Amino acid sequence: MSIRMTKPWIELTPAAMATLPGQLGVYQLADAEGRVVYIGAAGGRTLFGLRSELERALAERPAGATRFRFEVNQQYTTRHLELLMLHVADHGSLPVVNATDPPPRLGRLSPL
Amino acid sequence: MNLEPTEEQRQIVATVRRFVREEIVPLEAKLDPDASELPPEDFARLTAQVRAMGFWGLDIPGEYGGAGVDLVTRTLMAVEMSQHRAGLYVPCYGVFGTAGLAQLYEATAAQKERYLMPMLRGEKRGFFGLTEPSGGSDPARAIRTRAVKDGSDWVINGSKIFISGADRAHFGLVFARTDADKGRGGITCFIVDTDMKGFHVRRVVHTLRSSSYATELQFEDLRVPEGNVLGEIGKGFAIANDRLTRQRIPYAAACIGVAVKAQAMAIDYAKQRETFGAPLATRQAVQWMIVDNEIDIQTSLWLTLAAAHKADRGEPYRMEAGMAKLVATEAGGRVVDRAMQIHGGYGMTKDLPFERWYREMRIRRVGEGPNEVQRHVIARDLLGGGLR
Repeated sequence: MSIRMTKPWIELTPAAMATLPGQLGVYQLADAEGRVVYIGAAGGRTLFGLRSELERALAERPAGATRFRFEVNQQYTTRHLELLMLHVADHGSLPVVNATDPPPRLGRLSPL
Repeated sequence: MNLEPTEEQRQIVATVRRFVREEIVPLEAKLDPDASELPPEDFARLTAQVRAMGFWGLDIPGEYGGAGVDLVTRTLMAVEMSQHRAGLYVPCYGVFGTAGLAQLYEATAAQKERYLMPMLRGEKRGFFGLTEPSGGSDPARAIRTRAVKDGSDWVINGSKIFISGADRAHFGLVFARTDADKGRGGITCFIVDTDMKGFHVRRVVHTLRSSSYATELQFEDLRVPEGNVLGEIGKGFAIANDRLTRQRIPYAAACIGVAVKAQAMAIDYAKQRETFGAPLATRQAVQWMIVDNEIDIQTSLWLTLAAAHKADRGEPYRMEAGMAKLVATEAGGRVVDRAMQIHGGYGMTKDLPFERWYREMRIRRVGEGPNEVQRHVIARDLLGGGLR
């Protein structure tokens, strides 16, 4: 099982928003060069789950985000932390937007 | 046996109940339904309140600065402290302090200075590394992680799974086989620093308890100095057995607390929700669920208090602690399930705490020694030695 998110990127456009589920899960935002700039989670307090979160991303375009990918996942809390730890393991730091408000006491992974 | 709480215990219970209702529950309304931590500022504020009440460090012995409460009082407090959404696994989000790793109270003076005291001050975190991919219920036979003496060091190779908190820990207790021929007597406990070369957290293990994860560890030629052996060589399982038995009682009590809260919510809802022109509470099907809930709660509570009383009297209580754990975890699951049924569709949503309790309560039947192992241990106590 791949623990990294490997789904294809989707352009961050109004048309794409209409196809999104209202379920809970995790997502990544990337800039035009394909760098992951933010890893987020749509938790149990969001009004329309992933759709709400990604519509906000479309409006704000943090760090120039132009594309996204997502996973529907009830375990959004632990999956979100896992993706953040994997990013640190692969790149040495958090995505640029997450780095401005890092989670307290993020763990360390050294995946094979 | 008189299991009624004393006047002092009643006052303590009332204080903790008020704290949970006035401080913890309102905060949860703003947190994610699967949250397991408070924002740092709230954690600091509430920890200070608990310290001022004299309740901080409930499981820490008095000589180490803990509250030093007896086990009956601890049980009554645990029943109250768990009566909120996150209460089963993180009662009051940890603001009452945690005992950490019980085995470290048996450490040498130097080990206590380096690991125990910083852990109690909240400066260091530890993990407990026992279970392996080859098994967890019978670790004496399942442990394949090996430690081999090399000069004055021990070199550890192997892996562990379902280990909580290892990715955020500063150190951990790792059980490894130091003698292949001795079974239970060939297991030694080592204190391992997580910044040592050869220590790896390979992956996150997601479970039903989606507020928190476990990890899988790998040790590759992990070199541990001789001074980091905890206890004696080959006696890893002899460390802190009494403290571990003691922990089963608040573990059971937390299940009871959640069941009490679920039952209170079920009763409230049954009285106000109407179907076919009458409240649910008038329906025999619902009445019987509520009655069965109460029987489950009372049975668990009296059994757990009886175990705590026996421990406080200084009598052997391993069997009673095992029974309390077993009965409370199974009863708690039934109570939450019935309360969800009474709430219908709302009971399944993340708007209410039931779905989290339902998932987490299921884990309690496996955690802290699976209930089948508890039955096995109780059978040995009843039938005498010689049984394996």
